[in-house]
Amino acid sequence: MNITNSLRDPAVIRALGAQLKNLSLSRKITLMEVCGTHTMALHRGGIPSLLPDTVRLLSGPGCPVCVTPASYIDRAQEIGKNYGVTLTSFGDMLRVPGNTKSLSESRSEGINVETVYSPLAALDMARKHPAIEVVFLAVGFETTVPPIAMTVMNARDQGIDNFSILTAHKLIMPALELLVNDSDVRVDGFILPGHVSLILGSEPYRPIAEKYSRACVITGFETADIIQGIIMLAQQIEISQPSVEIQYCRAVKKDGNPQARGVIDTVFEPADSEWRGFGTIPLSGLNLREEFADFDASKKFPVEVNAETVQTGCRCGDVLRGRIEPAECALFGRNCTPEHPVGPCMVSSEGTCAAHYKYSRTR
Amino acid sequence: MTDGNIVGTGERIQLLHGSGGLMMQRLIREIFFPAFGADNDAGFDDAAEITLHDGPLAFSTDSFVVKPLFFPGGDIGSLAVSGTVNDILMKGAKPYCLSLALIIEEGFPLAELKTIVKSLADTAKIADVRIVTGDTKVVGRGEIDGLVINTSGIGEILPNASISGVNARPGDVLLVSGEVGNHGIAVMAERNGLKLKGNIASDAAPLNASVIPMLERFGESVHVLRDPTRGGVAATINEIAEASKVTVLLDESSLPVGREVEAVSELLGFDPLYLPCEGRFLAFVDGGKAESILRFLREDAGCPDATQIGTVTETSNGEVLMTTVSGGQRIIDMPAGELLPRIC
Amino acid sequence: MCLAVPMKVIEIKDGGQAIVETGDISMEISIQLLSDVSVGDYVIVHTGFALEKMDPKAAEETLSVLRELAAMDATDMGMDTIED
Repeated sequence: MNITNSLRDPAVIRALGAQLKNLSLSRKITLMEVCGTHTMALHRGGIPSLLPDTVRLLSGPGCPVCVTPASYIDRAQEIGKNYGVTLTSFGDMLRVPGNTKSLSESRSEGINVETVYSPLAALDMARKHPAIEVVFLAVGFETTVPPIAMTVMNARDQGIDNFSILTAHKLIMPALELLVNDSDVRVDGFILPGHVSLILGSEPYRPIAEKYSRACVITGFETADIIQGIIMLAQQIEISQPSVEIQYCRAVKKDGNPQARGVIDTVFEPADSEWRGFGTIPLSGLNLREEFADFDASKKFPVEVNAETVQTGCRCGDVLRGRIEPAECALFGRNCTPEHPVGPCMVSSEGTCAAHYKYSRTR
Repeated sequence: MTDGNIVGTGERIQLLHGSGGLMMQRLIREIFFPAFGADNDAGFDDAAEITLHDGPLAFSTDSFVVKPLFFPGGDIGSLAVSGTVNDILMKGAKPYCLSLALIIEEGFPLAELKTIVKSLADTAKIADVRIVTGDTKVVGRGEIDGLVINTSGIGEILPNASISGVNARPGDVLLVSGEVGNHGIAVMAERNGLKLKGNIASDAAPLNASVIPMLERFGESVHVLRDPTRGGVAATINEIAEASKVTVLLDESSLPVGREVEAVSELLGFDPLYLPCEGRFLAFVDGGKAESILRFLREDAGCPDATQIGTVTETSNGEVLMTTVSGGQRIIDMPAGELLPRIC
Repeated sequence: MCLAVPMKVIEIKDGGQAIVETGDISMEISIQLLSDVSVGDYVIVHTGFALEKMDPKAAEETLSVLRELAAMDATDMGMDTIED
């Protein structure tokens, strides 16, 4: 079985594209996706160019890199500078601007930053080089938390004491609840994140459908998946029967992965967290539990950082909430471009503004 | 095997090897000259003398700082020759000779240097060029990272070639000589230490055997040639679109991407359109001749995977668009800086 | 949110590791977040960890639903409910 190849059958995708284009709805609807990888995937698939006029698609705060506050970057830089540690990170964090510069730029000032594909690679580095301190920048939603939690447990079990993490994890549900309670934005349906849902399952999203009456479809990442997900949402809305459906049923189970959730719970506890453009959302982030304090880089390497300063004119907060589209921000395409990003939505290649700029500018 | 001929060397390069004295001469005589077929009696002249035919010349230079130095399918040596040879070919010229400059970090393993010199020599042979002059410097430990190479080269522009980045025009067809992204993925996989096993290899190679026959046969119909190195196919096409002031429309379903490249790209978070190739070329050719050129490349010029991937649709400020498999459309933009994988 | 790729398990190793492959590429990953992984299973791989097994039957069903969807008359789209 090669399911991926079959899902990419060009004839099927082209036909699905035509179905999307010809979708006929009784009224205009607004959908939102809340996953940076969805933003990327749908733009690469050319989906915005296929949407009928009746469907408006917004990108929400689902890109963890985009919502990481500038002060986190500053903290990482200060730790690197003052303690000479080796910072390890996923590649997408490197160009995010701190209050003065990005991690990539601070490399040229002597701070050690290495990109890694997996937190296990960072742990491996620590194991192989006992004389250096390795700090892993732990960013990501619930998809990435179990791997990082497991890595911390491995570090403890293997007695590796020159490894620590700097957490900036975010949880998806508090953000979704904020969005449905925001009266400025009327989202009729959510394309829910397929890989976060591998961990969470479908149950946590039920209040979005049952209490707030928004359509919900947990969607995969192939072009075919996303088109089907959008059509399923449109149908829920047309017949006014919002529910949580799983389009990505080949991978997402109703109950998710309880073992992975158990690992998260062993290592982390919910904490208030600052979201770039949103401010602090209660219990929307994760901190290491007390028993893992030895692996907490913020405790191991205390530094002073300033609070976040918002760039004048930057409207990332409004973009992330779906209140405006990128083109409605005065800085978009002028002072703020992928080469010179002002705010997080333009920085990450999955950011709403970056995706619009790169893929959909002529529309 | 000992290298006892090179005075006091042990197994590593030392500062004395770059200081112009006895050790340096021995290094050159015993490692470089035999590899490059140089005449030991020619002495250590400061410059090489070459005689060329009348006519316009192409002159190119490139420096190579690839990390890691060794990757599946090649190393910095094979890259250093292919890179400059291909740049000369991309101007519609037949490469004639190269200069070779090495800057080596003190402590660099001699065995690795010998492997790299062999790669340089082997690739030069394939490319039918001679390395006629060179320079070696050794700098202190930590002053550079391992090894840096510069090659410069000269070639004679073929009589019926008129190649330039500004020559693309509406009606032109865009061809690529083979699968894209192989070099970038080979380097990235190696660099990430991903312990991948499989058929991933860099495509770094000289392009003489395909470009020269193509130009000799179809000369004036070939308007632009470029090899998609840094920034990949996306960056290269954007540069040409901007220089020629045209819109290029690509067809996603025609893009030749190898299965392994696609798999690793997905895994690491790359887009093959932005990955460098070191043994491929893009050609903007006259629309009417495209089919013949493509057939020629596939059957007679060693490019079995050559494909048409797009067309030049109109004049404009310079833009690259792509029709997606789904029937939609997206912009293909210039890459913003360093190639970074995305994961989350 | 998050890049993850389905890969086939070809070997189980000690210490919660496994070798997985896709398209002739193979790599070593951790299966510590799953119990009951066997050779021949397909798993979704993210940052060096298997997060979940892929259900081949559900995958085939999705495929056939998509093909039906692709072949449907466009005017039926807005009205009918698709049975999953």
